[in-house]
Amino acid sequence: MIEEEMNLTELDIQENGIDDKGGSWLSCFPESFTSLEVLNFANLSSDINFDALERLVGRCKSMRVLKLNRSVSLEQLQRLLVNAPQLAELGTGSFSEELTFRQYVELESALSNCQNMHTLYGLWDAKGIYLPALYPVCTHLTFLNLSYAALRSDELAKLLAHCPRLKRLWVLDTVEDKGLEAVGLNCPLLEELRVFPADPFDEEIIHGVTEAGFVAVSFGCPRLHYVLYFCRQMTNAAVATIVQNCPDFTHFRLCIMNPGQPDYITNEPMDEAFGAVVKTCTKLQRLSVSGRLTDLTFEYIGRYAKNLETLSVAFAGSSDWGMQCVMGGCSKLRKLEIRDCPFGNAALLSGLEKYESMRSLWMSACNVTMNGCRLLAREMPRLNVEVMKEDGSDDSQADKVYVYRSIAGPRRDAPPSVLTL
Amino acid sequence: MSPLLLGVEEEGQSRVSSSSVECISQNGLGIREWNYLGLSDFCSVDSSGVLDDNGNNLNLKATELRLGLPGSQSPERETELCFLNSGKLDEKTLFPLLPSKDVICSSSQKSVVTGNKRGFSEVKGAIYTEKKWVGSGAVPDSQFLQPVSHGKYSVAQASVKKDGPANEIQEQPCTSNGTKVNRTDISNNSSAPTAKAQVVGWPPIRSFRTKTLTTSSKNNDEVDGKPGPGTLFVKVSMDGAPYLRKVDLRMYSTYQELSSALEKMFSCFTLGQCGAHGTPGKEILSESKLKDLLHGSEYVLTYEDKDGDWMLVGDVPWEMFIETCRRLKIMKSADAIGLAPKAMDKSKKDC
Repeated sequence: MIEEEMNLTELDIQENGIDDKGGSWLSCFPESFTSLEVLNFANLSSDINFDALERLVGRCKSMRVLKLNRSVSLEQLQRLLVNAPQLAELGTGSFSEELTFRQYVELESALSNCQNMHTLYGLWDAKGIYLPALYPVCTHLTFLNLSYAALRSDELAKLLAHCPRLKRLWVLDTVEDKGLEAVGLNCPLLEELRVFPADPFDEEIIHGVTEAGFVAVSFGCPRLHYVLYFCRQMTNAAVATIVQNCPDFTHFRLCIMNPGQPDYITNEPMDEAFGAVVKTCTKLQRLSVSGRLTDLTFEYIGRYAKNLETLSVAFAGSSDWGMQCVMGGCSKLRKLEIRDCPFGNAALLSGLEKYESMRSLWMSACNVTMNGCRLLAREMPRLNVEVMKEDGSDDSQADKVYVYRSIAGPRRDAPPSVLTL
Repeated sequence: MSPLLLGVEEEGQSRVSSSSVECISQNGLGIREWNYLGLSDFCSVDSSGVLDDNGNNLNLKATELRLGLPGSQSPERETELCFLNSGKLDEKTLFPLLPSKDVICSSSQKSVVTGNKRGFSEVKGAIYTEKKWVGSGAVPDSQFLQPVSHGKYSVAQASVKKDGPANEIQEQPCTSNGTKVNRTDISNNSSAPTAKAQVVGWPPIRSFRTKTLTTSSKNNDEVDGKPGPGTLFVKVSMDGAPYLRKVDLRMYSTYQELSSALEKMFSCFTLGQCGAHGTPGKEILSESKLKDLLHGSEYVLTYEDKDGDWMLVGDVPWEMFIETCRRLKIMKSADAIGLAPKAMDKSKKDC
């Protein structure tokens, strides 16, 4: 492809499961090729031909986005940057090898020349001691993605002290609540925060962030409107405080990692937390709920979340009524994904009129049966009702249901496990 | 020690209500790891003064299941948690992580179809390794995975225990959450069922991200040659010991180091073990004797890998070992049939 595309401006290999067979794709760019503006190979795991890359970057003077993969070292990064000070977005390679003092100084100098840089990614395995090399670049940064760098709270705090203009921040929960306090203190313009868990499946270690970190951010960042937060504990009161501080949420995705976990102080369901979110945040478009939730949460959602377009629900609800509230109340709903909830056929069918105006519905591990799905399919012929059954499950159960509108009829490329009713 | 342990197990099982038993057995969940309970894991062992059938002092209050995380309990529970550094105990008692309907007790509904069968079949049919779980990450930013053609959501335990039913009950409250009583019974045996059911596709993190993070810590080890970020604590159990220990695998760089550390850690238990060999208290266990015990015919060091298989320690390179080891077990060589044929032969010779 590269060889044929003479005027390629963007080569952007997105995040997905790539089977990276290596190869010398970089060498395929002929020497006369200078038009590349975006080059993203961060998700390739193999080593690359650095010389070819260096020459490529050197001659593509319009390049504004360069995202390297982990095989690129700090020293190599410095060599690239020296030839590309115009970069606006940089994804570093690995940020962890041993540097000599001179190498460090050169790196810092190369970075400080990048006056246009507003986005920084990568920083894999970032070692705290090298982060100061980034300080000169940080002043202009609006997006900092540290979600692959397991930083400690003090390391993050020092870095953020240099990032007053930050609007978007992605971090790992290794920064803990103290790190998030630093966010609140240093980044008043913050609009988006994503906190990912460093050890999502690890039962043995409890670290990470709690409600305290989220609250701290909300006090310092009133403009916050997008949040994705993975934590292991939360309270209703904290969420109420958060949305009081930040009423402009458009995307509120809270993942309390233990399914069905209640308010850890009061032991109550988290109904009031999400109630507060939907009542206060009138602009809410996307909501992901978690924790122990009864139908009350969904009553709130149906009643207040009038702008809601996407809703994700897992391990929640008490009965069909919950889903019925949502289907009846959220007029702008487009995407609904549900797993492991006690919603059955009545709930499924309550949305009969609605599914055609939605993009899709997904329900898995709920109480929906094949008969319910058949009924839906029969009543609404313009919907594709696809059922995926699991091995060994009851014949009558519809383990996974995917419903979407289609004028093209049932899909023909489905694997045999997918039944279109 | 062992008989007491068994007693606790059995009694707990007998107390479990039938629905719970059904739930448990069908889910096929063993508790893999035990807090050999009823005993020392709570400070205030006699706080409740309740005795069970065997006359063991049961700290019902401490074992009472409540939903919440350690350190965040009501004050009276604080003292009860004082033993546990990591405070993991409570967390482990709590969550019915099995998302199948029969264990959604948090929502005490009646309309839940008790899919006991399903729960079981889900577990049975879906034993995923960690890497596979978080799905076939095709989804852009969806908080949990979209199906398309190949998402497979099942409930699976990280490694479904093959140890057999003798094990433990994970406190899966099959009834609605109102009743704490029968859970207490279950939890007597397993107030720290440390093996939470790991749920496929949960937490909803893209597989790309988890893969990257795993490689990240791996790379750190290789690059730095010293412990990577975080620690790698795994539980170590020893047959006959009343409680488990934990070791940080990242503290060691060879099997020899690990072995010595374990010897030191468990020396106190093997002192008592002499009784099992028919020479009650007469022998004084020196370290060398302990070494013989561990290296020789008496014990075999085994580990459970990511797939849930019990393997003999020592076959693979150290780095590979610490990546796949989830927990360790010092098994009596008699129990380690098939794992350590050499040890078996040796012990036969000694007999």
